[in-house]
Amino acid sequence: MNYFLTEEQQAIQETAREIAQKKIKPVREHYDVSEEYPWPIVEELRKADLFGVYFPTQYGGLGGAGFELCLVVEEISRVCGGTALTIACTALCAFPIILFGTPKQKEKYLPDLASGKRLGAFTITEPEAGSDATATSCKAKKEGDYYVLNGTKNFCSNGNAAEIYTLFASTNPARGPRGLSAFIVEKGTPGFSMGKKEVKMGIRASPTYELNFDNCKVPAENFLGGEGHGLSVAQGTFDISRPGVAAQALGIAQGALDEALNYARMRKQFGQSVLSFQSSQHMAADMATQIEAARSLLYSVTRAMDKDLLAAEALSEKSGKTVYEELKKVSSKRWTKYSAMVKLFCSDVAMKVTTDAVQLCGGIGYMRDFPVEKYMRDAKITQIYEGTNQIQRNEIGYALIKELAKG
Amino acid sequence: MHILACIKQTPATSNVQIDPKTGTLKREGMAAAINPFDEYAIEEAVRIKEKVPNTVVSVLTMGPPQAEESLRDAISRGCDQAFHLCDRAFAGADTYATSYALQMGIRKIETVTQKKVDLILCGKQTNDGELDIPNAAYVKKVEEINETMIRVWRMMEDGADLIELPLPALIAVVKEINEPRVPSLRGKMAAKKAVIPRWTAQDIEADKTKIGLGGSPTIVASSFNPPPRIGGVKIGGATAEEKAKNLVAKLLEMKLI
Ligand SMILES: Cc1cc2nc3c(=O)[nH]c(=O)nc-3n(C[C@H](O)[C@H](O)[C@H](O)COP(=O)(O)OP(=O)(O)OC[C@H]3O[C@@H](n4cnc5c(N)ncnc54)[C@H](O)[C@@H]3O)c2cc1C
Repeated sequence: MNYFLTEEQQAIQETAREIAQKKIKPVREHYDVSEEYPWPIVEELRKADLFGVYFPTQYGGLGGAGFELCLVVEEISRVCGGTALTIACTALCAFPIILFGTPKQKEKYLPDLASGKRLGAFTITEPEAGSDATATSCKAKKEGDYYVLNGTKNFCSNGNAAEIYTLFASTNPARGPRGLSAFIVEKGTPGFSMGKKEVKMGIRASPTYELNFDNCKVPAENFLGGEGHGLSVAQGTFDISRPGVAAQALGIAQGALDEALNYARMRKQFGQSVLSFQSSQHMAADMATQIEAARSLLYSVTRAMDKDLLAAEALSEKSGKTVYEELKKVSSKRWTKYSAMVKLFCSDVAMKVTTDAVQLCGGIGYMRDFPVEKYMRDAKITQIYEGTNQIQRNEIGYALIKELAKG
Repeated sequence: MHILACIKQTPATSNVQIDPKTGTLKREGMAAAINPFDEYAIEEAVRIKEKVPNTVVSVLTMGPPQAEESLRDAISRGCDQAFHLCDRAFAGADTYATSYALQMGIRKIETVTQKKVDLILCGKQTNDGELDIPNAAYVKKVEEINETMIRVWRMMEDGADLIELPLPALIAVVKEINEPRVPSLRGKMAAKKAVIPRWTAQDIEADKTKIGLGGSPTIVASSFNPPPRIGGVKIGGATAEEKAKNLVAKLLEMKLI
């Protein structure tokens, strides 16, 4: 299938694929079992410039946007959905800085994230604030040139591997969701410590941590997006970042199909390949068709989004205003509906396809020393994080009603 | 420091891959037709560059026009500049004629870059004949390098030697030395844009009687791979005297003395 990739996008895809095949595939089981952080792979990804594909060139990137990120995440996830988060979580940290950062903040943080020298994380979830993300109890109180953070965040991916965090805390609890604000917090800031590390079903190469803040003083210049604008920062970020989760899901689905087909063709029962049974072929046909539909939706939405995003980035460089402000001028609509659709569709496809992949392989598909069950475990998270698929449906429904009301 | 990697391209046919999607020959696979052993030499050169400030890595090959692809591949793996000896007159060269041509090529590189070559790196099977500088083959680790010397571990049948060579020197590496990286995106872009000079025998001022088939004293009757040596015996013993005794016993046992 010709997806009309530019020469540069082809190079990105090939490079990611080569690293996935040569460097990640041989060790994915090790990281899945041990839950260690895949630092040697991070080093390979750094050297190949893959951390930088979606950053503007003036901050050390290669000048692409969401689509380029998705190509990388898809290819890595095709081999290991957990390892892909080294880059995808860094993107989730970087997008709010790209969108809402001041020129100074962008200069300070983006080059290190683009080179992969420092990894990033994004932390909004709290024990009592999951789907209801604005029910934040983590507080930030202004004291002179600082904000003092107190509270607990949890389920933070890239938890202890990251060095730069975009964090959400309430600067005005009385105002509820309108009191939420965003910050850039660096690892090593006194009062910031790691809590519990979660033991997980899948994406086990990605560490998920609780973060504790005890009178942690963050410089006021690390305030991101303005007092009480945290909700906009989070929503604006998710609009752009959810396709990344979709790409992870798509890669996982494709990888599971690859493995299952290879096995089913070789496996003989009743004197013939199990792939020669029509029921197997129909199952494989449905898997492949869903994957292709998912890819088409993901690619067309991210490309359309990128056109606006890249235009806004260029304007922002001239005006000195934030990319988000310029984005509102470039395009009157937010991308919520489409980015929710992409994340919803691709992750549901991934869950269905990986479950069927296990089925297609029979008993061996269920075994830990065969790669297919890992895809199924890894797929599940894509229906949960960055908003559960119920929440995505809520967003899409809400957008549809809003469109009706506008007439 | 100026490092030169000398590479060979493998015959493209041994590298041909079929694209699983289209069933056609894969061009990208063909482009990466560097002799696999030379990838280790390139990687080591780039690693030294990353360690020693102000280092440039040049890469040189002698071969037909298609060999340029392997030079571009070398640039995508981090080499800074590439040079190509390409002339029908070079064809059919044995190790003697090859090393003569390379030597003249190196001189030309030094002239155009105005930088003396300090270290030449090549792969296990690229070590063509002799250049007039200190050299070590079967190198499995670079222990230390600075502007004036290189200290390396050389693989031996029964272990490894640590040896020091003054620069300029030539090192032939083995695959144990490193794990080559995947070409980077910036490297690939640089490779696409790179202007690679293509030099004829005349360009490098080579003596026509010393190059190509005519300049090759070797006549290849037939070629074969030497059979691998089957393991030897290590004679043990606490002291030299004891070892000698054991050796004599062994030779007697084998009825050799
Ligand atoms: C492995 C992992 C990594 C994560 N990484 C990060 C990270 O890096 N940063 C970060 O900030 N967070 C992260 N999260 C948190 C993740 O985004 C939340 O878990 C997710 O948003 C769901 O919140 P919850 O777990 O509290 O579920 P709950 O909100 O408690 O949901 C429970 C169930 O109720 C449903 N539900 C809730 N509200 C509604 C509603 N209004 N309508 C319909 N159904 C509803 C949900 O869909 C779900 O089925 C991570 C989570 C996991 C498991």
